[in-house]
Amino acid sequence: MTEVTDPFGVWLYAVTPASADRAGWAALRGVGNAPVHAIEAAGLVAVASWVPLAEFGEQPLTRNLEDLDWLAATALAHDAVVGATARAGVTIPMRLATVYLDDDRVRAMLSDRAEELHSMVERLTGRTEWGLKAYCRPAGDERRPRSSGDAGAGAQRGAGTAYLLRRKKELTASQAADDSAERYAREIHAALSILAIDSKRHRPQDPKLTDRRERMALNASYLVENDRTDEFAAAVAALDDERCGLRLEMTGPWPPYSFTELDEVRV
Amino acid sequence: MAIGSNSPQQRESGGHQPASLGDILERVLDKGLVIAGDIRVNLLDIELLTIKLRLVIASLETAREVGINWWENDPWLSGDRAELEEENRELRRRIEALEERGESRALGASDEAEELEDEEEPEQEKA
Repeated sequence: MTEVTDPFGVWLYAVTPASADRAGWAALRGVGNAPVHAIEAAGLVAVASWVPLAEFGEQPLTRNLEDLDWLAATALAHDAVVGATARAGVTIPMRLATVYLDDDRVRAMLSDRAEELHSMVERLTGRTEWGLKAYCRPAGDERRPRSSGDAGAGAQRGAGTAYLLRRKKELTASQAADDSAERYAREIHAALSILAIDSKRHRPQDPKLTDRRERMALNASYLVENDRTDEFAAAVAALDDERCGLRLEMTGPWPPYSFTELDEVRV
Repeated sequence: MAIGSNSPQQRESGGHQPASLGDILERVLDKGLVIAGDIRVNLLDIELLTIKLRLVIASLETAREVGINWWENDPWLSGDRAELEEENRELRRRIEALEERGESRALGASDEAEELEDEEEPEQEKA
C-alpha cells in the first residue's frame, strides 16, 4: 500500500463484477487527469481514482461544482471512464462526486452492499441504455391566421381588435399544438417501453443547456435487451413521423445511469 | 467547452446522435448509483444554479447595452448604503429605548411583589 503525504481521497466512477476485464484500465485517465485503479471486495470491483482533497475535498469540491467549466470537464472525464468500463462489461455507473477517504472504506461499502450490488449487476447484464428526445417541429406559416386587410375609415379601430383576435388564434393554436405534442410523446414512450426491460421518463432538459429553440416534448431512457437493439432502433425510426409534429433523436449506447436505483433506500 | 467530432466521449452507433454535454450532465448529476461516500456535497440544482447565474449576467449586459441600468442608481443594489445605515441606526436606538422601558416596568413589578411578601411575613410571625 503506497503512502501519500498530501491528503488524498478516492473518487468512484462505477462498480463492476470482479470478473470484469481490466486490461484497458491502465490507459485510462479520469477526473483531474488521474489514473484509474480497482478496489476489490465481495466479488465486486469499484473503479476509482485517487484525487487530491485540495481540489476534491468537501469545500473545494462544492465550489468547483458550481464552476461550469470545471463541472463540464469533470463530468466528461467521469463519463469517459464509466463508458470505457461499460464497453468492457456490465457496469453500474456512480453518480458524480462520490468520494471516500481511502480504499478500505470503499471495500467496506462493497462488502456492506454486496447483495444489492450483485442483484443490480444481474439485472443489467446483457442490457444497454438508450436515450430518446423528442422536439416539437417549429410551427409553419400555415398556423398563423392571416389578417383581413381592412382599408378605410374603420381601419384604425378595427386594427386593434383584429390584432387581439389574431393573437388569440395564435395562442389557441399554440396550446393545441402543445397538447397534441404531449399526447404523441406519451404514445411514443408507451410504444418504446413495450420493447424495453425498463424505461424512465425524465424532465425535459433546460433549453439554455440544449441550445435549441424548439420545445422538448419527451426526454426518456430505455433499458433494452442487447439482442433487441435493432428492433428498438427501427421502432424509433418508424415513430419519427412528420405527421406527429415531433422530431425524434436517439442517443446511446449509454452505461445504465438511469437504471441504478437500489431496492432499499439507503443513503 | 466544445464537444466536437474529435471528442473521444462522443457516442454514436449506427446513425444515432452523438451525446451532448447536456445529455452527459443530466446523467452524471442526476442519475447513477447514489451512495453517500465520505465527502458530502449537494448536487441538487447545481446545473440550474450555474445556468441561472449565467443568464443573469447575460441579461444585465444586454440591458445595459440598450440603456437600461436603473439598478446602478439604486442605493441598496449599487452599494451606496449611507442612507440605509443611518435609518438602521435610528431604528436600533428606538428599539433599545423601548426595551429599556419594558425592562424597568418588569423590574418595577418584581419589586412590588417583594414588598408584598415582606408585609405578609411579620403578620405570620405574630400569629
